Amino acid sequence: MAPKRVVVAMSGGVDSSVAAALLKEQGYDVIGITMQIWPKAQENPAEENPGGCCSLSAVEDARAVAYELGIPYYVVNFRETFEREVIDYFCHEYASGRTPNPCIVCNHRLKFAALLEKALALGADYVATGHYARVRYDKGRGRFLLLKGVDEHKDQSYALYGLTQYQLAHTLFPLGELTKDETRRIAARLGLPVAAKEDSQEICFVPDNDYRGFLRRHIPDKIRPGPFLDRTGRVLGMHKGLPFYTIGQRRGLGVAGRDRLYVTGLDPERNAVILGPSEDLYRTGLRAEAVNWVSIAPPVSPLAAAVKVRYNGPETPAEVVPAGENEVVVRFRQPVRAVAPGQAAVFYQKAEVLGGGVIASAGVT
Amino acid sequence: MRRVYLDHAATTAVHPEVLEEMLPYLKEEFGNPSSIYSWGREAKAAVEKARARLAHLLGAHPAEIVFTSGGTESDNFALRGVAAANSQKGNHIITTKIEHHAVLHTAEQLEKEGFRVTYLPVDRDGLVRPEDLEEALTPDTVLVSIMFANNEIGTIEPIAELARIAKSKGVIFHTDAVQAVGNIPIDVKELNVDLLSLSGHKIYGPKGTGALYIRRGTRIEPLLLGGAQERKWRAGTENVPGIVGLGKAAELAEKELPQRMKHLTELRDLLINGVMERIDHVRLNGHRTQRLPGNASFCFEFVEGESLLLNLDLAGIAASSGSACTSGSLEPSHVLMALGIPPEVAHGSLRLTLGRDNTREDVEYVLSVLPDIVARLRAISPLAPGGVKEDV
Repeated sequence: MAPKRVVVAMSGGVDSSVAAALLKEQGYDVIGITMQIWPKAQENPAEENPGGCCSLSAVEDARAVAYELGIPYYVVNFRETFEREVIDYFCHEYASGRTPNPCIVCNHRLKFAALLEKALALGADYVATGHYARVRYDKGRGRFLLLKGVDEHKDQSYALYGLTQYQLAHTLFPLGELTKDETRRIAARLGLPVAAKEDSQEICFVPDNDYRGFLRRHIPDKIRPGPFLDRTGRVLGMHKGLPFYTIGQRRGLGVAGRDRLYVTGLDPERNAVILGPSEDLYRTGLRAEAVNWVSIAPPVSPLAAAVKVRYNGPETPAEVVPAGENEVVVRFRQPVRAVAPGQAAVFYQKAEVLGGGVIASAGVT
Repeated sequence: MRRVYLDHAATTAVHPEVLEEMLPYLKEEFGNPSSIYSWGREAKAAVEKARARLAHLLGAHPAEIVFTSGGTESDNFALRGVAAANSQKGNHIITTKIEHHAVLHTAEQLEKEGFRVTYLPVDRDGLVRPEDLEEALTPDTVLVSIMFANNEIGTIEPIAELARIAKSKGVIFHTDAVQAVGNIPIDVKELNVDLLSLSGHKIYGPKGTGALYIRRGTRIEPLLLGGAQERKWRAGTENVPGIVGLGKAAELAEKELPQRMKHLTELRDLLINGVMERIDHVRLNGHRTQRLPGNASFCFEFVEGESLLLNLDLAGIAASSGSACTSGSLEPSHVLMALGIPPEVAHGSLRLTLGRDNTREDVEYVLSVLPDIVARLRAISPLAPGGVKEDV
């Protein structure tokens, strides 16, 4: 039987390079693709964002790795889709006083959608990425399960909760069983040209990690100065524009006060940034919408889960209560700090991702 | 896996005899043709021999051949050189919508510098209508530049007639013959063209070589200034091994032309007929008969051209969507647009260009894999009739 064909999304980094190498070793018919997504203005090498995952130098690195591995390699243009699905979303969320998570949307709508379509068009069975997460088929449930990567520190399942069963059926995560150190050792053993490359931490399409500058260029009309208010509505000063603030932020507020002040809320209706002391940041529950159930069928009754409200955040024990179509209410067992609408709430049971949704609001009950 | 190269319009393999002739000039015969000693004389003699061979292929006088770095330089030279030398006479240039970007982008630059440029349309087959040229000519027109044969769709323009029209008004006529030279007979005297661009690597010669034919008496200025090489028409130390290779390639093209044309035409028609018979909803781009012997260009409806190319690559077949110079761009080809093909259909374009080494087996291999690839892509296309798109 002919080996299964798989398209690896290659970013030029260590993880996706090792993912491609491992699949090749395992006997897959591997094709490397780098998704060309950066906006046109960044094509000028002088303006390039050196740390970005999909910049021109990233293409050169990915090409070199693919050549080394002896696999076909293509750069495919996904600019229009990326602009529509990710950048527009990113700007719209900030403009609406929420904190977006573009990587989640990119995974759901680009890597495991547009790229998957391309992979199927090339006769491939799977898309593979260098994510630290695992997919497993559970016969009893008749579902594909999404599991955390075994490396607790690198686990990226949070950013993958949006994948549908169809997407998971066509997904391979070759690094799910590895730690980052093991990945680096494999890269070194194989002599991959990117073995010593640093991890990228930034939002790949935002030059110099300056998201404020990015928003200023993209949605100038949505950036209007407004008041800093305290809990009672008293004006504490002026802010530079709602999209520049995130729940939990303390630095760069420019407001003098006796206490340390944090951003505790964003009020788009009044174009106001709400400030308060640290204790005002705690929430006992949240409402999530656009919920996707991954490892379990949509539940009909409340269930116990550990809930994460940001990528590097802790898990908090909670009760997840179904509340209408694709919505849930989450009640934490203990208050959680800095719950930002727009970020994802992801529900876990041990290593399993049960599902997740977009935080619509957070409250104190 | 079988590998079949079907992108000869992009570039060709250096002919073994061409390489053979070049080698001494990369080794012991390394002299600079401008030098007075024996090394220089050897090199100079080699360059002049190559010039004579190329001139013979075109029916030109050797003094009318200027060696350049390739088709792009020759086109730039022709347009900019004529524009500069004749700006007193007028500031109007006529070209077509289907030129190579080496001409189009140079024309656009000249527009920025104060020239007026008319871009002639073409008919459904890619042919320029002589009456359109006639109408476009004005007393200010200093240059007409019309390609000999189109690189994407292979259509051969009625150059003799177009040149006659331009010349009857005393206007200089240039043709970009990069795709035509070596594939069809060309005689510059019969055609009455003033300037003709050609490239070495399209005719089994080395990359980085080309020439501009300049009819004696043509008002043109050089592009590159410096030393007195090429009788001051093109400064810079000659690419001696490359020029020697181009000369040999020209000699071989002349000698082999009848059998190359016969061979390529047979394979081309086998390919075109096979594709049209085995695949539905396909259109042939360009003129059915008035086309380059080695060019087959198609648009497959409901198929995305990029996926088609990648699938062919995975099957070992080298092809292109339009021109190699525009790969990576998602804009539909300006040539296909000029034919009036809707953008969504133009996206499904495929160009297969045959060469002297291709065989019937190569064509049969393509015909054995292409229908399956097209069928698979249509099966997942949301636009195809009966096609289903899985919900992701």
